[in-house]
Order: sequence, then C-alpha cells, then structure tokens
Amino acid sequence: MSEALISTAGLSVHYPLGRKLFGPPPVVRAVENVTVQIPKGSFFGLVGESGSGKTTLGRALLRAAPISKGVATYSDSEVTYDLASLTGNELKDYRKRAQLIFQDPYAALSPRMTVRDIIAEPLEVMGLTQSREETDARVRDIAARCRINLEHLRRFPHAFSGGQRQRISIARALVSEPHFIVADESVAALDVSIQADVLNLLQSIQQDMGLTFLFISHDLSVVAHTCDHLAVMYLGRLIETAPTRDLFAAPRHPYTMALMSAIPSLDPDDRGNVVKLEGEIPSPLNPPPGCKFQTRCRFAIDICRKEEPTLDQLGLEHDVACHRWQELADERQASAV
Amino acid sequence: MTRPLISVENLTLQFNTDEGLVTAVEDVSFDIAAGEVLGLVGESGSGKSVTAKSLMLLNPDNAVYDSASRITLAVDDKPVEVLSLVSTKDRMIVRGGAISMIFQEPMASFAPAITIGDQMVEQLLIHSNMRKAQAKEISIEMLERVGIPDPAQRFGQYAFEFSGGMRQRAMIAMALSTKPKLLIADEPTTALDVTIQAQVIDLMKDLVSEFHMAILFITHDLGVIAQTADRVAVMYLGKLIEKGSVRQVLRNPSHPYTQGLLHALPRLDNLDAPLTPVKGDIPSPLERPTGCVFNTRCPVSLGTECESRIPAYTTTEDGQQVACFLAEKEGLPA
Repeated sequence: MSEALISTAGLSVHYPLGRKLFGPPPVVRAVENVTVQIPKGSFFGLVGESGSGKTTLGRALLRAAPISKGVATYSDSEVTYDLASLTGNELKDYRKRAQLIFQDPYAALSPRMTVRDIIAEPLEVMGLTQSREETDARVRDIAARCRINLEHLRRFPHAFSGGQRQRISIARALVSEPHFIVADESVAALDVSIQADVLNLLQSIQQDMGLTFLFISHDLSVVAHTCDHLAVMYLGRLIETAPTRDLFAAPRHPYTMALMSAIPSLDPDDRGNVVKLEGEIPSPLNPPPGCKFQTRCRFAIDICRKEEPTLDQLGLEHDVACHRWQELADERQASAV
Repeated sequence: MTRPLISVENLTLQFNTDEGLVTAVEDVSFDIAAGEVLGLVGESGSGKSVTAKSLMLLNPDNAVYDSASRITLAVDDKPVEVLSLVSTKDRMIVRGGAISMIFQEPMASFAPAITIGDQMVEQLLIHSNMRKAQAKEISIEMLERVGIPDPAQRFGQYAFEFSGGMRQRAMIAMALSTKPKLLIADEPTTALDVTIQAQVIDLMKDLVSEFHMAILFITHDLGVIAQTADRVAVMYLGKLIEKGSVRQVLRNPSHPYTQGLLHALPRLDNLDAPLTPVKGDIPSPLERPTGCVFNTRCPVSLGTECESRIPAYTTTEDGQQVACFLAEKEGLPA
C-alpha cells in the first residue's frame, strides 16, 4: 500500500445540542471513531445514505468541522500536520493544500463576480501571487486544464450551464495547487450526459496533477467507476472499506450488500432481486445500542444488540465492522457450492 | 385495442415571456392505457415536467397551447377534452379527480403548518361527498397501506416530523386516497436514498397492480425506469425523440441521443467501460436548433438534412418509434 496522505485514528465529531441545567447536554455523534487511511494519489470514495456522516467526515478532514476526539494526520512530501491541533499559520498553509468542491454549482459561485475573479479569488486571499499578471497567468492555466473557454473568463456565472459551472468550481478549487481535494456530491446535481464529462475531467486532472481525492457520493455506480478505494459509512461509523473491485466483488457487511442490491438495474428483466432493507436510518440523537445497523439487519443476533463491532482487518486492505461477517461469508460460500 | 386512458396528441406548448415565445414542448404525442406505467425520460430542460403538468392544466397562465394540441381523458368511457376545460370546477376532474400527482420534494408539497391528516382529509372532502369521519378513516387506512407505522398517531403530525422516505409515502397515500385513474409521479425517488428508493419503487409497483392504475413516471434515472416502466418515451428539448417498450428502448436504443444517454451512464456490469459524455450542452430553449433539435450535439449528424428538416417517426414492426433520419435511411435494428 502506498503511503497515506491522510490517516485518522478514532476520529470523532460531536455536536453538543443546547444546554441542560443538570448533567451533560445531549450530543449528536455525527462521526464516531473513524479510522481510515487515504493513500497518496488515490481516488477515495466515501459512500452512505443521508445522515451517515460522510459530509461531516469530509469537512473534519478539511478542518471545517471540529474534531472532538481522535487523531487525523495530513502528510505530504513537504509537511506533516496534526489536524486536530493546527496553529493559526499552519491552518492557513493547510487551506492551500486542501480544498473543497461543492455539490451545487448554482449556489457555489457568486453571481456578481466574473469567472476570472471567481477563480482568482483564492490566489488573492492567500497571497499566492505577486502581481496581477501572475494571477492572470495562473487563472488562464488552470482554466485551460479544466476546459473552460478562455473567452468566457470575462463573463458572469449566470451565462453558464450546470456542467460549465461545475468546471468553474473545480478550477477555483485547484488554482492554489492543493494536494488534497474533497469533492462533496460534486456530480449529484448534474444530468447524466454532463456528469460523465465532469467525472472524466476530475479523473484526468487527478492523474495529471497527482492529486488525492476524497469523493463523497451517495451514488454507488458513480463511485464504482471513478474511485479506486471505497469506504462505506452508516450512522457516523465506518463499516467497511476496501479497494473498489474487492468491495464490489465480495461485499462483507450486510449493509454494503443491501446498498449494492438497491441500485436499480438497467436490465428490465432483472427486477426484484433487491435485498430489501426495512425501515430507515435511526436518528443520530438516539442511536441504537450495539451495532448501529442492527435495527435494520436481518442477520442481527444477540451480540449485535449489545456490543458494537470493531473494524476487522481481512487483509488486502479490506476492513469490515460486523460480528458475523465471517460466518455469513462461509454460509454464502456453502450455499453457492 | 381498447381506448387508452389518456391520449396526448400533437401537444405544442409555448411560454409567453419577455424575451418572446419560448417553445417548451413541440408536437408531442403519446398515450397511456389503464394499468400501464409509462416512463418519461429526459435531462433537465427537456420539457418532461411541463408535459406532465399540461395533463393537469397546472402550467402558469403565460402558457400558450397550440390549437392542434389535444389531450383526451377517457373516464367511464366518456372522453373529456382536457385542454378545453375552463372553469375551476370543470378542471377538478384532472386536478385530483381522475389524475393525481406526486412531486420530487415532498417537504415542499405539504403545507408546513397543517397536519398531514388535515391535508389528506381536505382533499377527500373536496373530491367526494364523504363525511369528515369517513375521510379520516380512509386517510388512516391509506397511511397504513403505504407502510407508515402507527398511522393513527402519524395522522395528527406535521410534515417536519416525518423523515424523507416517510413524507414521500404520505404523499403517495394522499395522492392515491381519491382513487385516481392516472398517477403522475414527477421524480418521486430522486431525493431519496437508494434503500428508501427501492422501498418506494416496490410500493408503487404493488399499488399499480392493486388499484389497476396508470402511472406517468417522470425521471432522469434510466435504472429506475428499467425497474418500473412498461413503455418509455425519451424527450429532448421539448421533442419526443424515441418511444417504445422498456426492453426495446434500453436494449436497442435507436436514437443517437438515447444511445448517448446510455453510454454516459456508469454501469455496474462493466466497471472498465469508459464513460462517454454526450458532447456539448443542451441548447437554450431560446435558441432552439432548426431541423432536428439534436443536430448540434449529434455524433452521426448527416449535415444539411438534419439541420434543415424535422425528422418524422420511423416505426418498427413492434412499435418502437424513432425520430431520426439515420433510422429512416438505414432502418432500425431488429
């Protein structure tokens, strides 16, 4: 396994809710005890349903959400930072190295700024260039890489379609030459024909510039195509992580299996093979005891209701948090024979 | 063949705006039989929602229907010309009477300050001559039918107290409580997570068979279409460019646009297949291309012919229809 750009151990993000006169205030455990390594140069996918904590984890790694417990380390060829305790200057420097691409390209761009100014703003705010000429040169360079027509730099965002706007947001995120990019549902708002274009662009940029991506998505078929590693989250916990192919070939966690079978097949004759999940994701304010998935898991037994499983390492970078994964895998193999 | 439940003929719809007449739908024809699910597919701006809203006369006042447009609804063998319904009272038959609609964002479709129950009862009182107690009973029954636990208690709650999946179920319960003949579902699962989407799709399939209802299912998700629809119609920039059975259209897409959509889709059965975007962007409705509307992005455009003339439909033996000159010249793959 190549070196990790980001590695966390027991990372938690908790939000206290109001105050209580006596006793501690209730706490939303948005992300709980997440241990994960994001290898350098990887396209790392983070999937889960809404409320699973994937966005919060992404933001915590950008230091845009508070880290309550645990360790998160960023380490590129120049610097190593402990993200939980960055000093002011370190945080400023970290902002150049780590950037975010948003979901909605309509909300992410200021309608009153020209495309050139939007892309140039990070350079100016971070003081990365010395002169207007230098800024312009870097804006043009990154715009060309993101396939933005240079004549469009003088226009305002309203003149552009969703796909073009998303290319502008990408250029803005990349202009400070970061090493680490968090792309939060960056293609979810786009039509399929344009989604393919933006995904291809992200992949080619990642290879050209040697970036590391954390790609957050709820769409499994998109992550299957773009990401080399995947992590699945449920109710703030990381429940399974593996290289994409391994995960799709042999998912171990019952939730991952259900998630995969719920993707609607494109074959009209392949209807109804869905492993149905009853109910919905529980509220993070009032999580069930034991394994967080036990309320919807058809394999749940006593131990699942009492003890929370830890991440088991299966080797080959495949980790799973389930009490019964081994047993269930054996059963499946036996029934397949 | 029996008379279809609803038939749309030559629907052309323009919006009167400050920038002139903007064509949103052009010469669209299709029909839906009772108990049938028709999937209407297209990207944003293709006119699929406007088409659906025409069936319920829900488009804003600046909508101008072309005089050749006809929408005929056949309820109890009495055909109703939808576009000539004028008074609010007459229009009730398409607005909740025989046709109901569920929307993409269920939070936005419920009034936030009125309980779910009161909203369900209100529409039952409007569309039937039931009494309040009876309407309440039916509403609770419907909530139970769509799988909402503890329906009697939920009846008295507000939309914000429901989760996303639950709200969509309540929306479906509400739309179905008046026993419509046609349900229009506009992206009903787009805002939901996949596991919840699977539940809602299952529910809708059950209800179709139980109530023998027709559904116009609008979505951009071809996977959802494959799982639900009997027939599919593909729209692009206000034109219906291809229609046929779900197997024909998804297995043998014949219009270059339908083919493009399928190539752009990430597929799980082949992770190595490259994603091929449809080149360019959908043109603005203010600058509709002449000739075939797709010619500006078409990879196999024949040039002048496609740019100057509007292609007619070529029909195969099994009834798949495609509006493309190439299909006209070379025939469709069997």
